[in-house]
Amino acid sequence: MKLDFEHRQSAHCESGVTSSLLRKISGGKITEPLAFGIGAGLFFTYLPFIKINNGPAIAFRTFPGLIFKKTCQALGIPVVRKKFGSKEKAEAALKQCLDEGRPVGCQVGVYYLSYFPREYRFHFNAHNLIVFGKEDDNYLISDPVMDTPTKLTSYELERVRFAKGTLAPKGQLYYAESKAEITDEQIRKAIIKGIKRNCFMMLSIPGPFAGVKGIKYLAGKIRKWRDKLGVQKAGSYLAQLVRMQEEIGTGGGGFRYIYAAFLQEAYAYTHNDELLEISKIFTQSGDLWRTAAVHAAGIYKGRLGSQQDFDQMGDYLLEIAELEKNAFLALKKIKW
Amino acid sequence: MKKENVPQDLGALGKITKEICYATDSSGKYVTELSNGWDVKTEALNVAWKDVEERIAKARQQVLNGEASPLLFFMEYRLMDIGILSDYTGYWKWQIKRHLKPEMFNRLSEKRLQKYADAFNVKVDELKTMTVHEA
Repeated sequence: MKLDFEHRQSAHCESGVTSSLLRKISGGKITEPLAFGIGAGLFFTYLPFIKINNGPAIAFRTFPGLIFKKTCQALGIPVVRKKFGSKEKAEAALKQCLDEGRPVGCQVGVYYLSYFPREYRFHFNAHNLIVFGKEDDNYLISDPVMDTPTKLTSYELERVRFAKGTLAPKGQLYYAESKAEITDEQIRKAIIKGIKRNCFMMLSIPGPFAGVKGIKYLAGKIRKWRDKLGVQKAGSYLAQLVRMQEEIGTGGGGFRYIYAAFLQEAYAYTHNDELLEISKIFTQSGDLWRTAAVHAAGIYKGRLGSQQDFDQMGDYLLEIAELEKNAFLALKKIKW
Repeated sequence: MKKENVPQDLGALGKITKEICYATDSSGKYVTELSNGWDVKTEALNVAWKDVEERIAKARQQVLNGEASPLLFFMEYRLMDIGILSDYTGYWKWQIKRHLKPEMFNRLSEKRLQKYADAFNVKVDELKTMTVHEA
């Protein structure tokens, strides 16, 4: 059985899945950047007291699952999301959805994801894909980071749906309940909601770890990494920062380019000239993140390594923080 | 980033699929462009794996010296910490810590060994001898 579903590759898994699951009822209008922006996906956080794969815990995006949830919420679409205690029930629910003719989003872990290159298989449990059919024992999979649809046997799919560790997916599946078409007015309102929410997250979350303040906080920490950790370990930490920023799913520049694309698309619905100008600031910020990444690469490749080089890294981040702060303040001031 | 500046350095993922990047065209409008990879991040990934490899080698030596049980080796090999292993096996963290000692590991029943072997996706005798097949 194969549902009527068109695979489309995207940059980021969750906004890609959101865009694809909403394609039918939105007539393709909810593109990936729109899903990312309406879902208020842009973020920054550095949590110094947590370690991931023996390195720093850094994220350039919101908590997994939020983009789909917030996008649908802002559009006023009811969402169904289920977790399961038993593997049998999880598969039965998946089959039932397919029988009802709906493609389903699944949260999975990538460690045992067979079609992924081994180099990318860490215990990362917040990957998203869509199941859109079953042929014999193979489930038909639309993984947004792959350029073509793929397949997983029922055992392979069960295994990744029940991956263990942080953010264990517990067989989680989700889809949008509504069948009503999405209007342009709905999208316009949702865009404004998404931007407001993103302003709050980047500017107003209390504490030093999140949003623009998080970037500044990390800038200060990086200056001390060399003395505290030694050049080699500090290099590994910077490598982890670059991976979170540039690895598959970010669209480049730590999601800043997708956000810039979102603001351009948003302009078509709201006609605020400011959006186009602010979009350029995010492009600048993305470029600067990448310049910083090149500098960081110099350190972890061993070409650079003096205290000045670490200070320079900190300076880049401060500059980025200032840019993004101004961009979000400008977004906040827009009269809709 | 301008469209023509999207990096095309063939990396691990590039051999399997190209990834989408968002970049601006000549008029400043955002479009998507496929990328084969970028040396800066390929290198970052290599750094991560080099660290992992060092940890595996160290763990292997510790097991050979009789300072730890083969569980330590497989935990490093499968990138698992005690929390993840505890989730996969259903054992408490303190139990796993005990089983990390060679003398406790050697007294484990076949059934318990099987649980660990399943979590690491190997056979029981491979578990005992630190044998791995996958490339």
